[in-house]
Amino acid sequence: MLNRTFFGYRRADGRVGVRNHVIILPIDDISNAACEGVAALVPGVMALSHPYGRIQFGPDLDLHFLTLIGTGLNPNVAAVVVIGIEPKWTARVADAIAASGKPVAQFHIEGTGDLKTIQKAARAAMTLLQNASELQREELPMTDLVISSKCGESDTTSGLGSNPTLGKVAERVRESGGTYLFGETSELTGGEDIVAARISDPVQRAKFERLFKEHTDVILAQQADLMGSQPTEGNIAGGLSTIEEKALGNIQKIGKAQIDGVLEMGEAPTAHGLFFMDTSSAAAESVTLFAAGGAAVHLFTTGQGNIIGNPIVPVIKLTANPRTVAGMEEHIDLDVSATIRLEETLAEAGEHLIDLIQATASGRLTAAELLNHREFVLTRLHRTA
Amino acid sequence: MQLSFLLHHESDNVGVAVEDIAAGSEVLGRYRDQPEEMHISMLEAVPLGHKLATRAISSGEDVIEYGVTIGAATQDIAVGQAVHVHNLKGKRWY
Repeated sequence: MLNRTFFGYRRADGRVGVRNHVIILPIDDISNAACEGVAALVPGVMALSHPYGRIQFGPDLDLHFLTLIGTGLNPNVAAVVVIGIEPKWTARVADAIAASGKPVAQFHIEGTGDLKTIQKAARAAMTLLQNASELQREELPMTDLVISSKCGESDTTSGLGSNPTLGKVAERVRESGGTYLFGETSELTGGEDIVAARISDPVQRAKFERLFKEHTDVILAQQADLMGSQPTEGNIAGGLSTIEEKALGNIQKIGKAQIDGVLEMGEAPTAHGLFFMDTSSAAAESVTLFAAGGAAVHLFTTGQGNIIGNPIVPVIKLTANPRTVAGMEEHIDLDVSATIRLEETLAEAGEHLIDLIQATASGRLTAAELLNHREFVLTRLHRTA
Repeated sequence: MQLSFLLHHESDNVGVAVEDIAAGSEVLGRYRDQPEEMHISMLEAVPLGHKLATRAISSGEDVIEYGVTIGAATQDIAVGQAVHVHNLKGKRWY
């Protein structure tokens, strides 16, 4: 990103955000109603409803907490109201977020009921939102941004045009000392050796090989035909024939860049560089995990027209498929279809994307934000007890 | 002549249509970073985003894109025929 700057928010923990959301975060499914009640009373705050959080255990519960805490810690979030059914798990999430110096209020429902909880939480939300509204954007280096990437409803135009456009950006982010995340573990199948060979640190490479094997062993154990799921019916309609072909298109998103480190699901990078994160290949699950890992801006390429957004992270959508631009233009932030006709170089398209990242980071709304796409989807690792 | 398909890598035996291609047409293909041109007589229609064989591929032979195997042909495929799930299967999953 060279020496560019943008106007954003530096949080108490030093991380850099591009939005100033106050979120109402439920610990569990049965606290959604109270969170939505608060959001209905205090316009400007956002409830992040989700269907989980009860009777989970082991690694699946660990990931639940990690994702909720990471969401609260995300630098696009100015303050958090945490609501759970009982006080202990509520405090576990709320206290971990508050430890970063971020303003947090916490409430539990057992003993007082939804209505009194909503009343108390709404009063706290008013104060948090009013304080957040006084924060001013300041000029910050773009290299302090954590940028994540993901493709969805890909087709062959993704591998030809939109993903290699991201690849150009990934190379430049890494060269200039910024931070860039990619993931989609199952969707590296057929290209995993290419990814592994880019990881120079042997410890990180071994971590990648372990995470890839653990993730894909779950798929192979089912002995199922995944055609129609991975690749999706949309992928196939768009011309992608096999998981290997989809994977080779997917990894164009890192260009020729080397990989500096490997992250578990939702794990935040602790240094600048280019990182692989173990994630689901489903768009909303994946972007939710990147957001929990601290991504402030997400770059999303599509072929056939995936329309995903995220409640706290602006999702910049681009496509190289001219038919998708024509049919779904309201969802597309950047048209790079000229790249597949060789009328625009990938470097030129990458430059347009960097301009758009800069504008979006400074406050320009994305198509997904304008269309109210707020998919918040928690990844589950195994059955509930 | 208008560009009809792109090739990722010189060892590929398939190209990707960047426009809808009609059966019977003579089409031009290029690489992104190399000057060579390729001309193919199309035996079948191939829609935008779908693949066409740029070399003859025997049943069981690897199909190569990005210079890497993306699966194997399940039947003989002639130059100018469409390549997709009806004649190509991945080698990694069930």
